[in-house]
Amino acid sequence: MHVRDLIGEAVAGMLARPVRSALTTLGTVLGITTLVVTLGVAATAGNQIVGRFDELVATAITVEVPESEHTPLVEWDAIDRLARLRGVESAAAVAESEDSANLSVRSNDIVDPTRVTTQSLTVLSATTGLPEAARGRMVQGRFYDTGHVRRGDRVAVIGDQAAKALGVTRLDRSPAIFIGKHAYTVIGIMGDLRRERNLSTAVIVPPSAGRQFGLRDVTRVLVNTTLGAAGLIAGQAPAALSPGNGDMLQVVAPPSPTRARDQAQDDVNALFLILGLVSLVVGAVGIANVTLVTVMERVPEIGLRRALGAARRHIAAQFLLESTLIGLTGGVIGASLGVVTVVAVSAAKQWTPLLDVRLAIAAPIAGAAVGLLAGLYPALRAASMEPVDALR
Amino acid sequence: MAEPVIELTEVCREFPARPPVRALDRVTLRVDRGDYLAVAGPSGSGKSTLLNVLGLLDRPSSGSYRLDGTETTALRDGARTRLRGDRIGFVFQSFHLLSHRSVVENVMLAEIYRSGGARKGRARNEPAGSGTAVVGAGNASMASPRWSLGTVKQGRRGGRRARAMAALERVGVAHRAGFLPGLLSGGERQRAAIARALMGEPSLLLCDEPTGNLDSRNTEAVLDLFDELRGQGLTIVVITHEQEVGARAERRVRITDGVLVEEGWCTYAT
Repeated sequence: MHVRDLIGEAVAGMLARPVRSALTTLGTVLGITTLVVTLGVAATAGNQIVGRFDELVATAITVEVPESEHTPLVEWDAIDRLARLRGVESAAAVAESEDSANLSVRSNDIVDPTRVTTQSLTVLSATTGLPEAARGRMVQGRFYDTGHVRRGDRVAVIGDQAAKALGVTRLDRSPAIFIGKHAYTVIGIMGDLRRERNLSTAVIVPPSAGRQFGLRDVTRVLVNTTLGAAGLIAGQAPAALSPGNGDMLQVVAPPSPTRARDQAQDDVNALFLILGLVSLVVGAVGIANVTLVTVMERVPEIGLRRALGAARRHIAAQFLLESTLIGLTGGVIGASLGVVTVVAVSAAKQWTPLLDVRLAIAAPIAGAAVGLLAGLYPALRAASMEPVDALR
Repeated sequence: MAEPVIELTEVCREFPARPPVRALDRVTLRVDRGDYLAVAGPSGSGKSTLLNVLGLLDRPSSGSYRLDGTETTALRDGARTRLRGDRIGFVFQSFHLLSHRSVVENVMLAEIYRSGGARKGRARNEPAGSGTAVVGAGNASMASPRWSLGTVKQGRRGGRRARAMAALERVGVAHRAGFLPGLLSGGERQRAAIARALMGEPSLLLCDEPTGNLDSRNTEAVLDLFDELRGQGLTIVVITHEQEVGARAERRVRITDGVLVEEGWCTYAT
């Protein structure tokens, strides 16, 4: 039997009952569509996650400095060594303590006698690079400089939310705030923080001034790196900050973008892949069931073909090819619908659709494989019929 | 002496039961090329079993069956299938036309499973010569007729439609070639089925109650067609319980309880 004849007979058999074939195909269509959408959306969303990680997190490193009873693990001037590392864009050392987390801060009530100007705010000390390290900017005024630090000037920079709470709106008259009983001149208001947003409600004083609030040692170092340098800097930072005790520092590095994407994909995939596979199995059972019913209905036809000289393998091949074609059709339609859905979802979310070309090729093949497997039993059943019984 | 088309020797067919049912009981039958044989008998007499054995659809339990000189009883399933496809054309009572295929496609179906060994085999078994033969009473084996659909090119796939059309032309329903079988009358459907059986120029036309579903006019037309085909040298075996059909055959046998009895010959002049 010529292959073209076999294909012709299988196609004719499939088209003989078009509605039934279409409904049978539907199971595979749903399964393949779900699979393609799952994998496509996961890849697209994963790519989107990578983009966000690149923008916000992938370059941010935090070094936690544990408390030391003797000499501090990280000196305040160690930040200069860190800043010299290639790939470091900005860095700042910060000192915080539980005692300074809720200090009473009061603004000068001469500005507005009716206003409640006493607030409970966090006070911390930091090196001069804090605005850049926190990815913020000075909304008003300026951040203190090394001169302020060296001289031990009683100056402070406050976060924009803290400024609002204290009623400090203008700096041109050098407003004062009282931290406990100590007066400080507010020289700047810091805002638009994209990292360490809690600083917007904090009062930041130079390290030299922070000692009187117990902010003696560096507790945290904020580092921003160039894109792709985070891993390298994370490895080098401890030694730069504390040459003798680097291993005691804890570096919190951003997760690997690839790993982040993979994790996101894995999470989505695990859920929806199961859904897709279940749909595919249901589709396969549908094909198997309908093909079996078709075989039973076509017993006289099988008898006729056997009488005309069809061998068992011809009968098996025809039914197997019919179910494979149904699966393949379902796979092609499912893959097309899946791709369209991924593109539509991406358009709605303003994402860039990301689809592996291999997926578009593999999906119809998977559909055909499902059809092939589903058709095995019915085909063998048809082939095993004796012609004399089939013609009876 | 030419090789007979059918040569059954002491053929038995038993079906397992308690006691076993013997549907064919030591049947011996020789059918020569160009014979037109009618097998008559009541229901349950073994007619269909005989047809199944002759058509290689079933195996005898014992005895020998030679088709076109080939001993078939020991052949494997694949070889029997090939032989069946190449040498035998079937005509069924219920036509067995595929309802979703056109008439010409139904006829073409007969060729797709052929191995192509039929003509080669016949060439080996037949003496040279062709044309319509006069088959005399009792001496059919002496003639070596060869019937043909005509001069249509004999390729494997190429020309299949043309050959199918020639077969339909031969049985007089070529004008219905593009129709679905459901739109044809019973007589036309049976003619289409005969056309399908004639595809590939088989050695033997096996007909199982070919007029069982036809009215008297169509029955007459089909029997006339058989007469014509026999006249062209085709070997025809008709299983029937209708006396009228049996009377048209040149040779009649009767089967009763599996036992075959020769009834007689009549002479045709073609």
